[in-house]
Amino acid sequence: MHANKPENFYQNVTEALAQPDLKMIIRRTTDKAETKRAEAIANFPEFEKARQQGQKVKDHTIKYMDHYLAEFEKNAAAQGTIVHWASTGEEASKIVLDICRQHEAKKVTRSKSMLGEEIGLSHALDNSGIERVETDLAEHIIQLAGDPPSHIVWPAMHRSREDVIKLFREFHKDPTYSEEITDLVRSARRDLRTKFLTSDIGISGSNFLLADSGSSCTVTNEGNAELTITPPKVHIVTAGIEKLVPSMAHAVPLLRLLTRSATGGEITQYITFHNGPKRPNDADGPEECHIVLVDNGRTKMLADGMEEMLRCIRCGACMNHCVVYKHIGGHAYGSVYPGPMGSVLTPHLDSLKVANKQTHACTLNGRCEEVCPVNIPLPKLLRALRAESWQKKYEPLTNRYVVKAYAQLAKRPRMFQFVSSCGVVFMKLFSRQGWIKSMPFTGGWTRNRDLIEPESKTFMQQYKASKKAKSSGGR
Amino acid sequence: MSEKNSNADTESVQSNTIECLNISEKRVGFFVTCLVNTMRPSVGFASITLLEQAGCNVEVPELQSCCGQPAFNSGDDEGTRQVAYQTIEQFENFDYVVLPSGSCAGMIKKNFVEVFKDDSEWLQRAQNLADKTYELLSFLVDVCNFEPENVEFEGSYTYHDSCSGYRSLGVYEQPRKMLSKVKGLDHKPLNGHSECCGFGGTFCVKYSDISNEIVAEKTENVLATEADYLLGGDMGCLMNIAGKLNREGHTEIEALHTAEVLAGLATEIVGAKNARK
Repeated sequence: MHANKPENFYQNVTEALAQPDLKMIIRRTTDKAETKRAEAIANFPEFEKARQQGQKVKDHTIKYMDHYLAEFEKNAAAQGTIVHWASTGEEASKIVLDICRQHEAKKVTRSKSMLGEEIGLSHALDNSGIERVETDLAEHIIQLAGDPPSHIVWPAMHRSREDVIKLFREFHKDPTYSEEITDLVRSARRDLRTKFLTSDIGISGSNFLLADSGSSCTVTNEGNAELTITPPKVHIVTAGIEKLVPSMAHAVPLLRLLTRSATGGEITQYITFHNGPKRPNDADGPEECHIVLVDNGRTKMLADGMEEMLRCIRCGACMNHCVVYKHIGGHAYGSVYPGPMGSVLTPHLDSLKVANKQTHACTLNGRCEEVCPVNIPLPKLLRALRAESWQKKYEPLTNRYVVKAYAQLAKRPRMFQFVSSCGVVFMKLFSRQGWIKSMPFTGGWTRNRDLIEPESKTFMQQYKASKKAKSSGGR
Repeated sequence: MSEKNSNADTESVQSNTIECLNISEKRVGFFVTCLVNTMRPSVGFASITLLEQAGCNVEVPELQSCCGQPAFNSGDDEGTRQVAYQTIEQFENFDYVVLPSGSCAGMIKKNFVEVFKDDSEWLQRAQNLADKTYELLSFLVDVCNFEPENVEFEGSYTYHDSCSGYRSLGVYEQPRKMLSKVKGLDHKPLNGHSECCGFGGTFCVKYSDISNEIVAEKTENVLATEADYLLGGDMGCLMNIAGKLNREGHTEIEALHTAEVLAGLATEIVGAKNARK
């Protein structure tokens, strides 16, 4: 599957809607996610309190970002971790590749990291001729299929079980001929196990970076992060600078929010805090550790008044609850990050010019904000991006003219009412049996639905007439 | 207002809270909204009837236009301000401002202040207006403590909560409470009652095909209730769902604004509609 581009959003949407099974496949995952999250929140009475606490932790860390970054660097270095700084995705990928080259790595294992996707690390590794092994089950599936991820928590959610059966039979050395999920998982495990043990370098992302200890935390259900990180001689973490929290005590409330919001689980199978290279008495662990701290537009978001978005802990709840995402899926957005959070992030990681259409693909219904575990006002941020895009004149000219004409009219109530009453007369010309099937200027509406026939006169016309009748009637 | 009604009102008003005792002394400015003005004037008249039954002194400023959402949601802040100036001027001197729409009320209540962040004078005036602006159904219950009396309407209804009313203004119990007093009317709960219907103002025109998929799911849920009527508090959603139902050939269910039912106009509206079919 080719990777969609954000600037082709309209076309991507048309293609997505034309896929007959896509909606059903998406819903299998998102419906379950919605139900399980709702159950988890119902069993977590202190959710609202935790959410406020989580928001506070994030806001505080973002406010004192420079302080905590310096603290993290100092403490990570004290553990023996080498800290790198990258201001762009390209730079970050280059740092990782350089480390791989220094160690003459032929094979790298990777645990799932959306930041890795964001900085284009998969492509960079593939282009450099290093064998890249994705170890997260879903990432493994989309690597075999050659797909980009379609969700930040379930990157292969667009693939059905039938697809997976086919892919595994085609690519696994010792494939299963069973169609049972447990057998399929075993098949993937067999395939990955030797690769875990023969990998030269393990690359992971990070869910939290703890400033006071210089540790990096991974949250998974498969244990693949641990197997990615422990056996190889070298471990590289790539992480966005917004992953910082002051300490373990600050990470815990966010962890409670993250797992419940993402999968509805109270906790995941594995939560590991990685603390640099192995020490003399450690039984195992990497001999060398690197952390690449990536900005890639984040400090600019801070400067542009988008700091609330930096709270995001990548749980995916906003997309699971988004009516638009649920119908078009993740690929249509043309970005690593789809759905509401992606529509806010992509303009900053890429550019608003190429990703402004996504900011309009939202009914502003507020559901994403309602479920966000760190209270990100996503609709407000999307609206703010629309305002920026309006100022920069990125919208199609026809849209601009229509909105401008509307505003010119609506600021003159007399004129507005006159035009409204003309509109009613005009609409009546096309009405049959109480409905309008089609008429000029309403194509966007009548393309998919009928328009109710208006009454003969506007409210204002009728109201004024009745008032006049009353006063002439001497009342 | 008839003699009988005003007596009933005095009684109910007296048994209510202090605020309700004074409601007749309060001037309520009625903001009609574009969709009611052009597409469904009966909602406007029903709203005035209800507000008067609740004892309000209702005025309809003749110089009113639109709440400004098309400009605001398109990101045109300057256009929004241009539209908002006259709305603020027209309505700021009322004690309350009431709109028969959650989305338009939400626009004035929550969003006007967003576009006046850099203008302290207008920001204050916008905030002042926001503080006294209400969506009709919640105003009737929360402020007027109104209960419909002697309203009859035969059939069953299902209720779609508009996102703006439900999430941004907390309108949920109020319409259901009032509708429970209507004789002959049964409630059939809607699966996904607060899920977006895909209207979204300009969204449904800009992204007509996505909107279509969303509303198709809504109509499926609506039809599954087997209710006779679909009720709601926002014309945008109602026109969207009703328009999709009609396009699919489902004429067995009629969409009505809650105010039309509560004001006792529903029988007449449905009768007139059936006559045109």
